[in-house]
Amino acid sequence: MTATMEPSTKVTSPRLDSKVPETDDIANMWENHKFSMKLVNPNNKRKFTVIVVGTGLAGSSAAATLAELGYNVKAFTFHDSPRRAHSIAAQGGINAAKNYQNDGDSVHRLFYDTVKGGDYRSREANVHRLAEVSVNIIDQATAQGVPFARDYGGLLDNRSFGGAQVSRTFYARGQTGQQLLLGAYSALNRQIESGGVEMHNRKEMLDLVVKDGHTAGIVTRDLLTGEVESHSAHAVVLATGGYGNVYYLSTNAMMCNVTAAWRAHRKGAFFANPCYTQIHPTCIPASDDHQSKLTLMSESLRNDGRIWVPTEFDDSRMAKDIPEGERDYYLERKYPAFGNLVPRDVASRNAKTVVDEGRGVGPLKNGVFLDFADAIARDGAETIKAKYGNLFDMYQNITGENPYERPMRIYPATHYTMGGLWVDYHLMTTVPGTYAIGEANFSDHGANRLGASALMQGLADGYFVLPYTIGDYLADKLGDGIVPTDDPVFKEAEAQVADQTNKWLSVNGTKSPEHYHRELGKIVWDRIGMARDQNGLEKAQDEIASLEEEFKTNVRVMGDNTSMNTELEKVGRVADFFELAKLKARDALVRNESCGGHFRVESQTEEGEALRDDENFSHSAAWEWHDESTEQTKHEEQLEFKHVKLSQRSYK
Amino acid sequence: MSENNINITLDVWRQDGPADKGRFETYEAKEISTDSSFLEMLDVVNERLIDDEKMPITFESDCREGICGTCSLMINGQAHGPNKGQATCQLHMRTFKNGDHITVEPFRAKSFPIIKDLAVSRAAMDKIQHAGGYITVSTGSAPDANLTPVPKEAADMAFDAAACIGCGACVAACPNSAAQLFTSAKVQHLNLLPQGQSERWMRVEQMVDTMEDYFGTCTNHGECYEACPKEISLDFIAFMNRDYVKAKIKNRKLAGQN
Ligand SMILES: Cc1cc2nc3c(=O)[nH]c(=O)nc-3n(C[C@H](O)[C@H](O)[C@H](O)COP(=O)(O)OP(=O)(O)OC[C@H]3O[C@@H](n4cnc5c(N)ncnc54)[C@H](O)[C@@H]3O)c2cc1C
Ligand code: SF4
Ligand code: FES
Repeated sequence: MTATMEPSTKVTSPRLDSKVPETDDIANMWENHKFSMKLVNPNNKRKFTVIVVGTGLAGSSAAATLAELGYNVKAFTFHDSPRRAHSIAAQGGINAAKNYQNDGDSVHRLFYDTVKGGDYRSREANVHRLAEVSVNIIDQATAQGVPFARDYGGLLDNRSFGGAQVSRTFYARGQTGQQLLLGAYSALNRQIESGGVEMHNRKEMLDLVVKDGHTAGIVTRDLLTGEVESHSAHAVVLATGGYGNVYYLSTNAMMCNVTAAWRAHRKGAFFANPCYTQIHPTCIPASDDHQSKLTLMSESLRNDGRIWVPTEFDDSRMAKDIPEGERDYYLERKYPAFGNLVPRDVASRNAKTVVDEGRGVGPLKNGVFLDFADAIARDGAETIKAKYGNLFDMYQNITGENPYERPMRIYPATHYTMGGLWVDYHLMTTVPGTYAIGEANFSDHGANRLGASALMQGLADGYFVLPYTIGDYLADKLGDGIVPTDDPVFKEAEAQVADQTNKWLSVNGTKSPEHYHRELGKIVWDRIGMARDQNGLEKAQDEIASLEEEFKTNVRVMGDNTSMNTELEKVGRVADFFELAKLKARDALVRNESCGGHFRVESQTEEGEALRDDENFSHSAAWEWHDESTEQTKHEEQLEFKHVKLSQRSYK
Repeated sequence: MSENNINITLDVWRQDGPADKGRFETYEAKEISTDSSFLEMLDVVNERLIDDEKMPITFESDCREGICGTCSLMINGQAHGPNKGQATCQLHMRTFKNGDHITVEPFRAKSFPIIKDLAVSRAAMDKIQHAGGYITVSTGSAPDANLTPVPKEAADMAFDAAACIGCGACVAACPNSAAQLFTSAKVQHLNLLPQGQSERWMRVEQMVDTMEDYFGTCTNHGECYEACPKEISLDFIAFMNRDYVKAKIKNRKLAGQN
């Protein structure tokens, strides 16, 4: 089924200048644009100071590259070392249009797949550029010593990943993220050693400072001493990751949070598409209320595992005691063509449906079976072990159950956030001089991200896009000093941070920040999770607001502000999650269509598929902050598709 | 008590700050699910402490999947606890029995000053990396990735070294607080690859010399390997030592001849 879109009569908000070059020649757009941007000459670069907050893939690559170019870089992370950033945990791989496998891949195909995978809710120009520079990332990482998998001839190996019909994913055993981050971190280390980067570990950015409409710097809190400091710069780059932990339980690392992006939002950076979240279908279900995070099991398991639940409700028999006739292989039944390999969102939603019906499995009835019995009978246990041995071991370690003998239990979990700070083609937010890169921005994945594309985007932004585009802004600032940190704008921001910190310590309530985070997560998961409807979203807004009220008056933050205090770190992050959750509910409510990871129950095909409404929603929603007592204003950036044809997905 | 729950007693090192003397405190952790991880057990203990208006125990973790290297802890005297090839965050309570008494301490080493309770600073490890843990290749200057084939065996060997998560358990387990296993993993990851050859001799000298500024001397106990969650091989220490000796006698101006 293919639908073509009528030219939209809607217009983009004048506040959202995408800076996309006016040309139909998308293949040469970026090359030509690089030529037309202003440059800072090599000797002048050292006159500029750039702050990079976050040292995951996006931040480390940006900080290192900017320093190589000659800029003065100050980099910040709340971790004790850049190597601990959440990027380290990525498993599967990184895409690049190298076409080493000679299977017909190209920049255009990667571009096409990414726009389509994002369900036509991303900006074509950005995605095309991403596909173009993807090939340079692999070269760069290999030269740094990233040990990608190789074949016996010594050349790089590839695998294929969901949503693609070519083999374009480069991988490094199950630790592609760690190896790529170690590469970027090594480049960063070289610059730290040579003095190009001043590295600040264990410092958390708590405010963005803006003077006369332009970026002036940031305010940080030292996590070991509590000291509040100002840092001034010509430009600030936020590479602070995604907001998946608004759900409390997710596959993200425990410390991932939205604070840096949110504080920038409150200082004028528009926040785009907060309702777009990716829920990954194959995670290990929670075992009890004290579950702290969820573990992702590689999607590749769906190649050999069969997903099923009992046909009976509330069936407590062991899997082996349930006869074949009383099993419902629901994906194979509903989607005979794709079966267990339907895309992430379809697999996730269907798991939710059967669990909600009361057909879930496991002690808490909160999972579905992923059964390898047939595969083991067909190929032998040894073959299955060779393919998935480490995943089976990991599963057994976490659950105490042996997946060679009984089916795994899986359930979807929050994994990635496509929304984030709105940025233009230069990756600049709506605050002049403040940039957002990596998962922190909203740019390239539309309403759904394809597997192995986040690592690609983070490194594309950091190595190959931002280092060029930032010059265009800085070139005009030559001769301008930075705002001194004793300027009243900094002093006020510092006072506010210190004041807020003291307020948290003096609430003296009865429940921990963790408690409120967990309760908030339950609301967000139930109401703004895999399936959303008007009623639930309206309720969510009320529920979040009243829980937030209780949180502010009843949270208990132990300890002081002069030594390491993880409770104090946590409470500020939870406060920002509350504000984000409210906006997320609103964004989901007004986007009365289904697209990618955003499924509105009211908007589905007869087959139960996400049904887009291109007529009314072919835009990105970017929200403008006013103040705590005024709701954000929505701005729309209309999306135009000149190079890909819009179509409705079908996996029957 | 449900059959999946156990009661344990914890002796936990508490230290209010770097200057504090520190002491052990005992906590009864009751009704702990054996399905929970060790760190989730500590989360539960902490929530109960907060309920009682007592200071929660400070400890660090992030990924809780054994990859970021943030978690630490000496559990009953063993770095990362009793299970081989696992980080503390991967340890589950089913490893323990009802009634067990467990001692929990920070990673102890001269170069890992205690920040608070169970949290230590491992900043000295980063210093070794700054000293040479990189290949000089500025962004944009890399040749095509398939220009230089890397024999699979060499690539796999380099990978085995690159798997180090920088947790510091090797240092904590070593009676001398030596960092040989960590440093050798970092040096050899790059020194074993063709891309790493230009800086091979300089790298090993600078990294080893920096290591010696911060850490103790290796006397071949092998405790590091026993504690390492990634089971980094002791062979890398031998390779590093070999490279170091060679580096000292090499005339680097002739390195191009190899
Ligand atoms: C389990 C898992 C597996 C994944 N596997 C893949 C995969 O196979 N392929 C793929 O392409 N993608 C994968 N992803 C997604 C991908 O890993 C992330 O999207 C990506 O790594 C994000 O990188 P980043 O640099 O934007 O942010 P992060 O790596 O999250 O880094 C954020 C940085 O910001 C710092 N920071 C944040 N806030 C502040 C503050 N206020 N002050 C100071 N510092 C701050 C942090 O300390 C950190 O350094 C996976 C994700 C998960 C959860
Ligand atoms: S060598 Fe092993 S124990 Fe030492 S830092 Fe690396 S992973 Fe940790
Ligand atoms: S918390 Fe990341 S390795 Fe244990």
